[in-house]
Amino acid sequence: MPKRQDIKKVMVIGSGPIIIGQAAEFDYAGTQACRALKDEGIEVVLVNSNPATIMTDENMADRVYIEPLTRDFLEEIIYAERPQGLLATLGGQVGLNLAKELAESGILEKAGVKLLGTPLDAIRKAEDREMFKALLKEIDEPVPESGIANNYEEAKLLAEQIGYPLIIRPAYTLGGSGGGFAHNDAELKEIVAKGLKYSAINQLLIEKSVKGWKEIEYEVIRDANDTCITICNMENIDAVGVHTGDSIVVAPSQTLTDVEYQLLRTASIKIIRALGIEGGCNVQYALSPEKLEYVVIEVNPRVSRSSALASKATGYPIAKIAAKIALGYFLDEIPNSVTDKTLAAFEPALDYVVVKIPRWPFDKFQAGNRKLGSQMKATGEIMAIGRNFEMALQKGIRSLELDVKGLLNPQFQGISKEELEERLIYPDDERLFLLGEALRRGYLIEEIHKLTDIDVFFLTKFAKLVHWEKEILPKNRFDSEKLLEAKEMGFSDLQIADCWGVSEQEVYELRKQLKVEAVFRMVDTCAGEFEAATPYYYSSYNERDEVELKNSSNKVVVLGSGPIRIGQGIEFDYCSVHCAWALRNAGYESIVINNNPETVSTDFDTSDRLYFEPLTKEDVLNVIEKEKPLGVIVQFGGQTAINLARPLHDAGIRILGTQVENIDAAEDREKFEAILEELNIVRPSGKTARNVKEAKNIAEQLGFPVLVRPSYVLGGRAMEIVSSLEELEEYLANAVKISPAHPVLVDRYLTGKEVEVDAICDGTEVLIPGIMEHIERAGVHSGDSTAVYPPMSLKVEEINKLVEKTERLAIALKIKGLLNIQYVIHEDEVYVIEVNPRSSRTVPFLSKVTGIPMMEIATQVILGKTIRELGYIPGLAKAKDLVAVKMPVFSFSKLIDVETSLGPEMKSTGEVLGLDKDPTKALYKALIAAGYIIPRRGNVLVTIADKDKEEALPSIKRLKALGFNLVATSGTAQLLREHNLEVREVNKIKEGSPHVVDVIKKGEIDLVINTLTRGKIPARDGFRIRRAAVEFNVPCLTSLDLVLAIVQVLESMIRVKPLQMY
Amino acid sequence: MGKAYLVLADGTVFSGKGLGWIGRTQGEIVFNTSMVGYQEILTDPSYAGEIITFTYPLIGNYGTNTTDSEGRRVFGRGVIVKEACEDPSSWRSNQSFQDFLLEHKLVGIQGIDTRTLTKHLRYHGTMAGIIANDGTELEELKRMAEGIPPLSGQQLVKEVSTPFSYVLPGGAKRVVIMDFGVKNNSIRKLQEQGCTVIVVPADTKAEEILAHKPNGILLSNGPGDPEDVAYAVNTIKKLISQKIPMFGICMGHQLLGLALGGKTYKLKFGHRGGNHPVKDLLTGKVYITSQNHGFAVESESLDKDVEVTHINLNDGTVEGLRHKTLPVASVQYHPEAAPGPQDSAYLFEEFLAKLQ
Repeated sequence: MPKRQDIKKVMVIGSGPIIIGQAAEFDYAGTQACRALKDEGIEVVLVNSNPATIMTDENMADRVYIEPLTRDFLEEIIYAERPQGLLATLGGQVGLNLAKELAESGILEKAGVKLLGTPLDAIRKAEDREMFKALLKEIDEPVPESGIANNYEEAKLLAEQIGYPLIIRPAYTLGGSGGGFAHNDAELKEIVAKGLKYSAINQLLIEKSVKGWKEIEYEVIRDANDTCITICNMENIDAVGVHTGDSIVVAPSQTLTDVEYQLLRTASIKIIRALGIEGGCNVQYALSPEKLEYVVIEVNPRVSRSSALASKATGYPIAKIAAKIALGYFLDEIPNSVTDKTLAAFEPALDYVVVKIPRWPFDKFQAGNRKLGSQMKATGEIMAIGRNFEMALQKGIRSLELDVKGLLNPQFQGISKEELEERLIYPDDERLFLLGEALRRGYLIEEIHKLTDIDVFFLTKFAKLVHWEKEILPKNRFDSEKLLEAKEMGFSDLQIADCWGVSEQEVYELRKQLKVEAVFRMVDTCAGEFEAATPYYYSSYNERDEVELKNSSNKVVVLGSGPIRIGQGIEFDYCSVHCAWALRNAGYESIVINNNPETVSTDFDTSDRLYFEPLTKEDVLNVIEKEKPLGVIVQFGGQTAINLARPLHDAGIRILGTQVENIDAAEDREKFEAILEELNIVRPSGKTARNVKEAKNIAEQLGFPVLVRPSYVLGGRAMEIVSSLEELEEYLANAVKISPAHPVLVDRYLTGKEVEVDAICDGTEVLIPGIMEHIERAGVHSGDSTAVYPPMSLKVEEINKLVEKTERLAIALKIKGLLNIQYVIHEDEVYVIEVNPRSSRTVPFLSKVTGIPMMEIATQVILGKTIRELGYIPGLAKAKDLVAVKMPVFSFSKLIDVETSLGPEMKSTGEVLGLDKDPTKALYKALIAAGYIIPRRGNVLVTIADKDKEEALPSIKRLKALGFNLVATSGTAQLLREHNLEVREVNKIKEGSPHVVDVIKKGEIDLVINTLTRGKIPARDGFRIRRAAVEFNVPCLTSLDLVLAIVQVLESMIRVKPLQMY
Repeated sequence: MGKAYLVLADGTVFSGKGLGWIGRTQGEIVFNTSMVGYQEILTDPSYAGEIITFTYPLIGNYGTNTTDSEGRRVFGRGVIVKEACEDPSSWRSNQSFQDFLLEHKLVGIQGIDTRTLTKHLRYHGTMAGIIANDGTELEELKRMAEGIPPLSGQQLVKEVSTPFSYVLPGGAKRVVIMDFGVKNNSIRKLQEQGCTVIVVPADTKAEEILAHKPNGILLSNGPGDPEDVAYAVNTIKKLISQKIPMFGICMGHQLLGLALGGKTYKLKFGHRGGNHPVKDLLTGKVYITSQNHGFAVESESLDKDVEVTHINLNDGTVEGLRHKTLPVASVQYHPEAAPGPQDSAYLFEEFLAKLQ
């Protein structure tokens, strides 16, 4: 059936801010969908609260609403726009839930909006556990048997019905504690007794355990004519038990026979038909490793992280096809954009192996619970492609940008046997390297299999790599055959150099001499069966190169930003994508190198050629040597790309834009200080300490509090404000390893307003699109601060100083392209905190709200144009008549044992935008969009540190006046009473139950205000209060600046006033 | 394993390492894009005369077993892979891929750039070639490669068909399979539906077949050029007039096409894999099918009493036909799967539903 004729205008719901479990994949899906709809002449209305995305670009949809994703706001937009259709299966769980809410509340029907694609009924059947189980029973597809028990007798009965092994999960517990596996009655008895205690409602969910089974996924598509295809299957290397988002995944499956492969494929098609899905769907299975038996674990009736991965792994654009199906097209009416000759109704055939490895945030959350289980904890992922598993895996490890080279890493050599085995049994984020370590120690594959349940196929591959690294390479130095074989297995020059005890350069030169060089192969969806025009490549060795280069002299390489992690998010992908587009518009060929499967930059449509490769010097040089571009742009791919500037430059590659020595001048503390001195620009005084004694001396000279951090860090990693000598000692003992090679920076900590500026410099003049003021005072990482554009409280002379300093710094640093500067305004003086000679997190936000296409301008400037030639007037652009509030969003509920209070180390995973003409409304929208459920009245728990009490008091008084009841522990309660504020006093934790955390757990608190106390024991109380707030979904504010802002919002919401007050 | 060569008839040389039985083998070089199912493919009688290139680079991961073979032995003439797995892992496996090749005396080559070979065949068309892993000199192989007889003209069906008839008892419905190289799973599918299955050699006369009192006749898949099986075409013509429901698969489909007055021709590089989209022209639905054929029926050549029911979505070639008045139908692809998608299993049910 051709496209539906009744649909002219379609609303697309995005997925909102990036949080763990819902990341850039939905920007990729949403962007594809918007483009697919526009291609069909559909008017697109897009709603998403996330300003960092490509999909919220003005040109992505006819009408872009960056508004909170709530039912109320969507209803307003529906009535303002009157679309005929709603596409909800491309915005993750957020989009799906909203569509369900809109449909179920009758809003869609009333407004005459049809849900396009997968019908509501199908969504319900897939999402509701009971309905889903019933449906699967009906079509004879197996699900794990389960039931609910309130005591041991009931549990025993269920055990008899279901059979061992069982998994027991207490209902309503903190962080899923108290459950376990039972293989017999005795174990059951023990776990039930423990679990009942943990459960807040004394209830247990008992289910057949398939732990240790293989976890397999299928991506399926169905059209309205009932044609069903599977795009790809994927095998998790980690057995069932680890969330698929936290599993290392390989595509296609490696250990399934055709019988097993087809068994699950057939089941997938049966399920998608029974559900009646029109679009994409993901089915997850547990498959027994010892008999022909499986159970269906889960179905996602929408595009997902897995479908993004499958799209990148196969070249098949699932989201785009799903959007076309939603418009009524059949699969055999949609062309395959890879081959142009065939149609979308086919199944990709791969002739390579794909490996996905998650990227976890535990380098930043050292104290967090790193164990992997049913709650996803990764913030991002990488994908790697190779003609064999070994190569894909090793490229994948390199792509993670951890401080590791391969499976073997010295930092794991010291751990005890007990710890090693414990961590193999209960996997955490370092599993791969622990497997490497176990193999190095000579553990047998069978032993490791018993500990981990990882299939012997994969363990054998790991063992081979370890054997090569430990034995074969060191014993065969400079052996040309072994070198070639090692390269075919994906060993990097650096790894080989380590094995041989030589430098990376020596290995590189030997390779060149022997002509052992990387070649590039095409991802074509069809294993070479048809001619394909996809500009999508991955590297290989000892094979034929497939890249056919036109003789073009104006090619530019854009480096991407790798996996999404805290401190380097989707914003940098936005920049890479825009750079590629701007290059194309300027008549250049754009070549993107990146390895993040979730993003728009790795859509092969984005650039002229895409290389899916690790972002290391060697891997990037391979591409450059092949392509011979004019140069490389490094300033848009975050710190990942910037860090490659020096090595590439030293290898003789031309860096376009700001030059390497100038990047260094901004990043090297001593060089930077020299420049500041010359310019007579102040920064908070501070020095570099190379040992503990030096650090103490510097701190005492400066006076506490001081800001301490290791040099060269990302996202404020391990940065802290310390206010006493003891705290400094503790920091130096635990948080960092100080040494002459790894010095620590000690700076004076200035309290004051923090301001952030993004600017473009063409070498002689500077364009400042806007200035952003942070609501939180300096000390909170800029990525975790609430930023307001234009600044609300700065004086004209302060703004003038900011502009002047920015201009002088940009010129002095010889910036060509973007730069970002953070300032603190302390006692009327403007201090520079840091300069980043690259694009920043705020570039997409600022581009959108100012209407100045910063990436386009910056790219053109890098290519040689001046700001004036591009039609812009240098200087600070006139502020727009609006207020934009960028608010951070956190994923604390997914990260057990992570401290939630904000400081110099970045913790947020995403951001939202609140946009309005009125400042309080803009902040209100940002709060709503960020998911704060700010109560209008109710109980507010205030636990304020002594140092903050005076400052907090006015806000507390105003909250009281707004009708809040105050709850506090003794110290704060006493203060409140002294000021004649009525307060309910609750116990501190050490005073016994019911104490402050119990009160939160019981749901008696609607808002928590907690400021950080220094020193050990109270901090523990505060920590538990904050964690309890996170886990029971109570908004918790740790910044008094934000409290004040919210108080203003709440006051502005009062609509009633007595006549006498007018 | 020592050095091995693949030399194509056009003189192209690929060098790699030996695999499987040590020796030399020659045949038509074809490629299959399935990512799983190598054991089924190697034992599929339709591959007689052919040397199989697997485009998926990792072959042998899950070993081989006693249940997944589709014929009584290996019929392919040789095997070409990028990487053969030496340490298989599967509870279903009882023999490694290498040992399986040795047991079946199959000569192979590994470590070659199979993607480049595939693209070469796609561009230049399927061609003959020779593999040697026994130390034969390259120059000698090049000479030998020029003299390899073409696939057409070889009596491959006789090589693979059962030498004698046999009966697999079942229910009341009796189905005769004309064995041009039948796959075990076709037989299994009929048995699963409760049929008594009578398998007869390819050159069995119509009268002998009718003597089995069949309720239906299945024309099986098989190797080589359908025009080399002219003897069976005559038999099929006689059977058609008996109005006994008849269902053809792959070679069976081509022979039915010939019997219905059509012509067959050789495809440039054939269809071999598990991802071929076939459109049912009656419902508009598309099915992903398992395919393995180098020849096709020419649609224009068919009688006006015959209609094309299925086409290949990629190249528009005929994938299914039926007689407008007689209970005769066929498909070019493999509804029995093994390996490949099972989406078309319903065709067996449709066929059996017609049986009286």
